[in-house]
Amino acid sequence: MTASPGAAPLLEVHDLAVSFKTPDGVLEAVRGVSFGLARGRTLGIVGESGSGKSVTTQSMVGLTRGARITGQALFEGRDLLALPAAELRAVRGRGIAMIFQSPLSSLHPLYTIGWQIAEMIRAHEPVSTAQARARAVELLGHVGIPRPERRVDDYPHQYSGGMLQRAMIAMAIALNPRILVADEPTTALDVTVQSQILRLLRRLQEEFGTAIIMITHDLGVIAETADDVLVMYAGRAMEQAPRESLLRMPRHPYTQGLLRSRPRLDAIGGRLVPIPGQPPSLIAPPRGCPFQERCEWSIDRCSSTPPPLADVAGDRAAHRSACWLPERGDAP
Amino acid sequence: MTTEVLVQLRDVVKEFPVQSSAAFGGRSERLQAVAGVSLELRRGETLGLVGETGCGKSTLARCVVRLLEPSAGQVLFDGHDISTASHAELGPYRRRMQMIFQDPYGSLNPRRRVGSIIGDPFEIHGIGPAGQRRRKVQDLMALVGLNPEHYNRFPADFSGGQRQRIGIARAIALRPELIVCDEPVSALDVSIQAQILNLLDELQDELGLTYLFISHDLSVVRHVSDRVAVMYLGRIAEVAPSAALYERARHPYTRALLSSVPAFDPDERRAHASVLLTGDPPSPLDPPRGCRFHPRCPRAQARCAAEVPQLIPRAGDGPEHTTACHFPLADGETMSTDAARSVTA
Repeated sequence: MTASPGAAPLLEVHDLAVSFKTPDGVLEAVRGVSFGLARGRTLGIVGESGSGKSVTTQSMVGLTRGARITGQALFEGRDLLALPAAELRAVRGRGIAMIFQSPLSSLHPLYTIGWQIAEMIRAHEPVSTAQARARAVELLGHVGIPRPERRVDDYPHQYSGGMLQRAMIAMAIALNPRILVADEPTTALDVTVQSQILRLLRRLQEEFGTAIIMITHDLGVIAETADDVLVMYAGRAMEQAPRESLLRMPRHPYTQGLLRSRPRLDAIGGRLVPIPGQPPSLIAPPRGCPFQERCEWSIDRCSSTPPPLADVAGDRAAHRSACWLPERGDAP
Repeated sequence: MTTEVLVQLRDVVKEFPVQSSAAFGGRSERLQAVAGVSLELRRGETLGLVGETGCGKSTLARCVVRLLEPSAGQVLFDGHDISTASHAELGPYRRRMQMIFQDPYGSLNPRRRVGSIIGDPFEIHGIGPAGQRRRKVQDLMALVGLNPEHYNRFPADFSGGQRQRIGIARAIALRPELIVCDEPVSALDVSIQAQILNLLDELQDELGLTYLFISHDLSVVRHVSDRVAVMYLGRIAEVAPSAALYERARHPYTRALLSSVPAFDPDERRAHASVLLTGDPPSPLDPPRGCRFHPRCPRAQARCAAEVPQLIPRAGDGPEHTTACHFPLADGETMSTDAARSVTA
């Protein structure tokens, strides 16, 4: 899978399925997704709204209340999905930390940034208030907040959007987690700030060997950060490959469509090639391939049987695609 | 596209009063969101307006369609100054300019049927007998790719992309000449984004529309625009035909913006190579003197802090390419990033 040679995967997810009861019926958010993540690597999960990319990671650390979850998520050999709440709480923060799209809604507006970071440290480690505060100052400096010894006493509203995301990253790395889940960390930010944040994450990864799961709708962010890529659509893994192989030779018609439909900075004019239609409902989703209705290549088999995520013939990289027609190689 | 000017902006300024809290003395300040912008929009073209959060691009757009009254300067629409026109005087111009918003969820009343939402402009401007409106609305729905049979449905029955089509149908109902598109595809998924961009393109050809297209997404702006204006902290930094701007950016800010866009190169994760700007834009409450970009600019010199650069052709450019910079980048010149490297990650 995504593990580099010789390294045992830090995280191994097998056949993860997550569903929610809603008034309209059972919503199948994730339907049998498997992947692995090795130390120090970055796995990019790319997908559109409702693809299940966020639910996948949230369900592993117990953030999907009321969900029915099946499958396995082995983190350092322990199945997270079978852990009691107290042990899972210890995993959150120390083992797997998360940063989200909107830092302002993850921080309490009435407490200082420094207090919130210190409090998080004290919740997990037996340190004094003064020690925790000193750590907060150090962390803020580390993520590039200017004059951290002063800004540590600021309230969230006194920080800009980019600084807030830096503060969230400081909090996330405070306990030196093995895995950092970054869920659309730069979507709310301007491009110049986005590139600063992506660079910061890269630097921290090199320094601490943290593995990163980068969840995004933006293929550009994937191209910039990921080692391996998982493309999700309507709760399923459609394609999985090393970044280079995926961008150069996308195999799944959905991935190809995504790449064709985005305007590019280095190409002008002409009409874009959109993917017609829209994603299927996740309440009673189609039986076969979820992309069949929008796919120009679909055949009878696509509507009856979901294609498995299988190795692409002839591609030496670990390139897998969930399509009955994987041999078709005309990349966009 | 002709060179006939549809909208002319002359030194447009928009200020907002800001009440600072008692803890800081309680005095009232003025926030200058738009600080003297001159631009023209030509009939039939798409002018892209890019800039980061808080640069004033949406405020400027609202001044163009007179949802806001400029504090100073002139907005000429088809030769007539509408910047200080009264409500009554504006009437005839209102139907000639429309706006499409970012949020296809927030800009439609959830309790009203789609047919009546799209028919609003006919109602407001008293156009056509009520009996004919339904057919007109259904024609519009077909034109933007909605099923006319869905006339009686509610906004909640439609997806994000379809709701944006509803917003577009409403905007083109009265066959306006100008449409201001304020981040029209930012809330949409990539595969749907392309559908809407193509629709806007088709409608422009069909109806001869002029677009002012605002976006923070430089790839989208490049795709749709004939010309692009780059805005920074209330002022225009650079204006050029789309290709020229992306290939020969003169202003260091434009260059920095472009280099921040994630590269799409399978071979290289470029996270190290880009020209980075450090920090965030300064507060518009207390903008830097001289060139507003100078505190973050790697090329800044003493003159930049003292003198506001004029938006004029630089480095041998033609009249179409204007740059507000004392030390513009020459063709092929690279920008030093040493200053940026020492501070940021």
